Amino acid sequence: MAGTMIVDGRRIEFENEKHLLEVIRKAGIELPTFCYHSELSVYGACRMCIVEDKWGNIMASCSEIPKDGMEIFTNTPKIQKHRKMILELLLSNHDRDCTTCEKNGKCKLQELAYKFGIRGYRFKEFNGKQEIDNSSKSIVRNPNKCIACGDCVRVCEEVQGVGVLGFAYRGSKLTVTPAFNKKLAEVDCVNCGQCTRVCPTGAMIIKDETHKVWKVLYDKKKRVVAQIAPAVRVAIGEEFGLEAGELSIGKIAAALKRLGFDQVYDTALAADLTVMEESKEFFSRIEANTNLPIFTSCCPAWVRYAELKHPELINNISSCKSPQQMFGTVIKEFFKKSDAAEEKETVVISIMPCTAKKFEASRPESETDGIYDVDTVITTQELAAMIREAGIVFNELDPESLDMPLGLSSGAGVMFGVTGGVTEAVIRRGLMEKTSESLREISFKGVRGMTGIKEASFEIDGRTYNFAMIHGLGNVDKIIEMVNSGEKSYDFIEVMACQGGCIGGAGQPIPKDYRISKKRAKGIYNADSISQIKRSEENPMVIALYNGLLKGKHHLLHLNKEKV
Amino acid sequence: MRIKSVKELEEASIKFHEKLDLQEIKVLVCGGTGCVASGSIEIYERLIELVKNKGLLAYVRLEEEKKGIGIKKSGCHGFCEMGPLVRIEPFNYLYIGVKVEDCEEIVEETLINKKPITRLMYRCSTLTEEVKEIKFTKAKSPIELTEKIYETQESISFYKKQTRMVLEHCGSIDAEAIEEYIAKGGYKALAKALTKMTPDEICKDIIASNLRGRGGGGYPAGRKWAQVLAQKSETKYVVCNGDEGDPGAFMDRSLMEGDPHRLIEGMMIAGYATGSSEGYIYVRAEYPLAVERINTAIEKARSFGILGKNILDSGFDFDIHVNQGAGAFVCGEGSALTASIEGERGMPRVKPPRTVEAGLWAKPTVLNNVETFANVPLIISKGSTWFKSIGPEKSPGTKAFAITGNVNNTGLIEVPMGTSLREVIFGIGGGIKDDKKFKAVQIGGPSGGCLVEEHLDMPLDFDSLKKVGAMIGSGGLVVMDEDTCMVEVARFFMNFTQNESCGKCVPCREGTKRMLEIMENIVSGKGTLEDLDLLEELADTVSSTALCGLGKTAAGPVISTMKYFKDEYIEHVVNKRCSTKTCKGLTSFTIDGNLCKGCSKCQRVCPAGAIQGKIKETFRIIGDRCIKCGACIDACPFKAIKEV
Amino acid sequence: MPDKIKDIIDRRDGKKSSLIMVLQDIQKEYRYLSEESLMLVAKRMKITPSKVFSVATFYENFSLEPKGKYVIKICDGTACHVKKSIPILNALRTELDLSEEKKTTDDLLFTVETVSCLGACGLAPVITINDKVYPKVTPEHVLELLDGIRKEEEK
Repeated sequence: MAGTMIVDGRRIEFENEKHLLEVIRKAGIELPTFCYHSELSVYGACRMCIVEDKWGNIMASCSEIPKDGMEIFTNTPKIQKHRKMILELLLSNHDRDCTTCEKNGKCKLQELAYKFGIRGYRFKEFNGKQEIDNSSKSIVRNPNKCIACGDCVRVCEEVQGVGVLGFAYRGSKLTVTPAFNKKLAEVDCVNCGQCTRVCPTGAMIIKDETHKVWKVLYDKKKRVVAQIAPAVRVAIGEEFGLEAGELSIGKIAAALKRLGFDQVYDTALAADLTVMEESKEFFSRIEANTNLPIFTSCCPAWVRYAELKHPELINNISSCKSPQQMFGTVIKEFFKKSDAAEEKETVVISIMPCTAKKFEASRPESETDGIYDVDTVITTQELAAMIREAGIVFNELDPESLDMPLGLSSGAGVMFGVTGGVTEAVIRRGLMEKTSESLREISFKGVRGMTGIKEASFEIDGRTYNFAMIHGLGNVDKIIEMVNSGEKSYDFIEVMACQGGCIGGAGQPIPKDYRISKKRAKGIYNADSISQIKRSEENPMVIALYNGLLKGKHHLLHLNKEKV
Repeated sequence: MRIKSVKELEEASIKFHEKLDLQEIKVLVCGGTGCVASGSIEIYERLIELVKNKGLLAYVRLEEEKKGIGIKKSGCHGFCEMGPLVRIEPFNYLYIGVKVEDCEEIVEETLINKKPITRLMYRCSTLTEEVKEIKFTKAKSPIELTEKIYETQESISFYKKQTRMVLEHCGSIDAEAIEEYIAKGGYKALAKALTKMTPDEICKDIIASNLRGRGGGGYPAGRKWAQVLAQKSETKYVVCNGDEGDPGAFMDRSLMEGDPHRLIEGMMIAGYATGSSEGYIYVRAEYPLAVERINTAIEKARSFGILGKNILDSGFDFDIHVNQGAGAFVCGEGSALTASIEGERGMPRVKPPRTVEAGLWAKPTVLNNVETFANVPLIISKGSTWFKSIGPEKSPGTKAFAITGNVNNTGLIEVPMGTSLREVIFGIGGGIKDDKKFKAVQIGGPSGGCLVEEHLDMPLDFDSLKKVGAMIGSGGLVVMDEDTCMVEVARFFMNFTQNESCGKCVPCREGTKRMLEIMENIVSGKGTLEDLDLLEELADTVSSTALCGLGKTAAGPVISTMKYFKDEYIEHVVNKRCSTKTCKGLTSFTIDGNLCKGCSKCQRVCPAGAIQGKIKETFRIIGDRCIKCGACIDACPFKAIKEV
Repeated sequence: MPDKIKDIIDRRDGKKSSLIMVLQDIQKEYRYLSEESLMLVAKRMKITPSKVFSVATFYENFSLEPKGKYVIKICDGTACHVKKSIPILNALRTELDLSEEKKTTDDLLFTVETVSCLGACGLAPVITINDKVYPKVTPEHVLELLDGIRKEEEK
């Protein structure tokens, strides 16, 4: 329904906005909210987005339908008073140790309390301290900071289809918790971390491991090697006021060097290796007609999800290690001799857009000969924090190039950072025609875009192959059901747990609005288009590795499933 | 037996009526929760046994072909305080406080000799006719000269002043027998609706009757139905809200227990009128008897072909499921109730969409409460004009109330809408107990508000109550006398709503908790004047911004007591005094040296060891040890201990 | 136990909407909802454990702790409260060494809890013992009832 509304005396046209809140935000008024996220169902619990109509009725704008001729006010004395009281009420049941809170400076509650001028406190002190759950490799849950907005519960259930978080008890005893008040590590959490992305306070935060990095950076006995995942370069700038999607790989390299990293590489090289290995595996499965469709294995949250909810699919998942783990193996193998000669130890630090990568790196099968492939994983956010802590002015850094030889990668490898990217890279590898025209054609055949489930078909060598690309774990079961029922038939299924793929990972800077993922995706495609090398198999380093370090050692790139 | 057409229904009605006539004497033992608790089932069984022993024919069901005595468990008679109640027709004697030992006499004297037993009859001072000066004595106390004995139920002022329309069968038929319901003309309204009316006509008729929802807000039921009828959906639902959670309210329970078929009939008509073929009754878990009776009634209706496919050969299908609550007051809220039926947490959701558009399982849903549905058969059979002739034009019909608290006659009553509070409390309720002064009445449960002296002559209807910031709610009336501390009452309700908050929205979850903490401070003597301001601010935010109706009204008791009894609040926070001596934090116990004989009884019963003294000397109470339990007061033979 | 719970679920057709009824049935059978039984429910009904837990903890009538053989509920509705239901509660708690937090005796014989209005206000104060209603109760009366039960149990 379209029409005109009057918001604070100004006429605002609306078209298909579902709620008043969207219309008001369109009018340029930033209404405060805790529980509203455009991607989640409307919950209507925080009551901060209240507005008043001309008769003095108060309503929550997140759940009111815009009507033609409606007149509303967003900032009357009544509204102000109630918003302040709601904030005071939230604070009355909140551990207000803000100065030492991990969310300090990024907390919505803190921000709104400041904006609304909450300067005093009229209720009795918070005294309901509960235990902090540190059990997960990726996420820290601090119930003392929870304001029960339910954002994490809904993202976990509605978007990710995981549903390990829920409300328990009721009234003032209401809590958000895994079943039976268990710890996150004891339940079927896939570590995707999306709960930390939506949490407005410090109740769900990413496990901070920067201290581990600081420790090795100043250890002369360590050779500290960084690998930077594709999605990091299009997002880290947001932490420093740059536009989303702006390519910052050069700045990141410069920053890492200043922080004291010895070598800085791009995980995209390992993505290229993944393309090679996965394509080979794919076509050999096609030939043998076993374990099809093949599912990608780069996303650790997806792999965990499959293990927990669809154990029957384990053999369908590619045996390839994820690019992070492949690269860790390769780096450690690469420096083996020098380490021995120089009496050093190579430490691999990955900089990832992802919280689940922390979990992945710690899995038992992520070891090669008793040594972890990757030592520490930090997220984009954590790297940004380190840069700030070191006093590096990111925006003013001159870009530096990555270290050679392992710093060389193709555009196809960088595309791993966005949904459909793995598929597109695999198709580039598979198609016989290697013209730039064919690259364009591939990109228009359904592999790009933000639809939750994408499909594409390609003819390779006279046979048509059907590809499906899923992002957002909540979409997985639909596809699996359709495959099982025979309604759909695919040969290759790419799954990325987060919306948009890795660019929407929980380790990325928290997006200010929903347009950001599109901008980040554009940045990734931009990186591909300026890349000299378009196809994984054309990456000279890939060729060099296969002829050298990996000769006869392809198994290093695959999981030893027996360990699982 | 299966009733396959309207004709067969009429024949069945005549047949059952004839059989009912064969019962020359009918003994209706109250089978409501109240009387069952006082032992009415034993009385019922004993009566059957005795009648059989006398060689008489005891009718338990409508199956005999010969004349005899009908003995049945009826629904709630309403006069619960006097239970167990036994009504004997055709004499209309009402025996109160009956015991199993009385049964022999009842059989001998009344059933055989057809004589009344005055000892078992309700009696009270003749002055009662003068409404305000009710004197009430229990039957066991000596009969005063002026005392009047009420032979028939209808002559008792508790009943005389009522208009029992919806509750007409409660107490007059066997609650478990569909046959008796049919004999009394039951399901004829359904037959009329199915054969002589279109769904649209029914909706219009209900709109014309201006039947307003009896569950709280008073939204016109017909308009709801018409909105559901207008929805284009294959599946629609009729949901009955039987989650009567207000403390002090039990109208819906009595209806479900006493006349379940009326509810079923009302729901079926709603189903036909809105294009729905499935109904759900959501009953509080605390009402096991109601659940049992409704389940029995549904089974019976199914076996009679009243529920099921092609009902009365009309092509209309309908069936009903019963869902039992699991203990959550908030489930009385529409969207929380449907969530609970769906097997979820009973948390209200934001609206729109409204229940009529997307209710149960996101399908268009008619949601009314028990009493609302129970009115429907009456309106359909007697017409909307008749219905509108009862009570005020804008709130027509009757309303059932549960009157409890410090009033002489507690129980379930039904009066025309618009009846004054004075008539209800003093006329039917017999005035305040022990001749105390009336202070306030809490109406509409914890979500409602209190009414005071100045409101006594106000008509009880939706609009009048709304004007003074109260509401009928489901119809609980808790009467409070001069000894009631209104601050403590507000704290009590705050505790209730706080406990029952679902916790979803911030104002209700945190706001009611903070309000309760402040109230607790006030009643324990720790309150300040600033607390009163903060309380008012909180009440404003909670009632203006909470998500659901429950939250919006949660602060009601505080708001209304602050409005009418601000002095009491101030007395608590400034003078640190509770004049009714209810708030233990503000009172202390002392021993009067002139009366104390030093017997040490008080010391021995004191659970806190707070009393010291020597035998034959005056004992004394140590203030900070005393927990103010009052055990010493009860124990002292010389009335030497006082609370000040 | 798994078989019995499986039966309970199947009796309710295993539909997700039957969750509350299934939990009621299990509670009736075992007097409480153990973690083990709730996990079985989650698995068989294909509902996440967190959802089952969230429903089980929302409703007052579900207990995740074992309850006593005799569940005594003291009505603390308005009418009963006014007519002194709290002294009854206190008498029971003192006698059985229970408190607000500790609701069940160690021998699992008695559970004492309060309940919001039972709708028998005319008979206030009211208590129920395993759903049988006792009207107009006094602290002395309730202790007599306890003795009665104990004697019965000793037999």
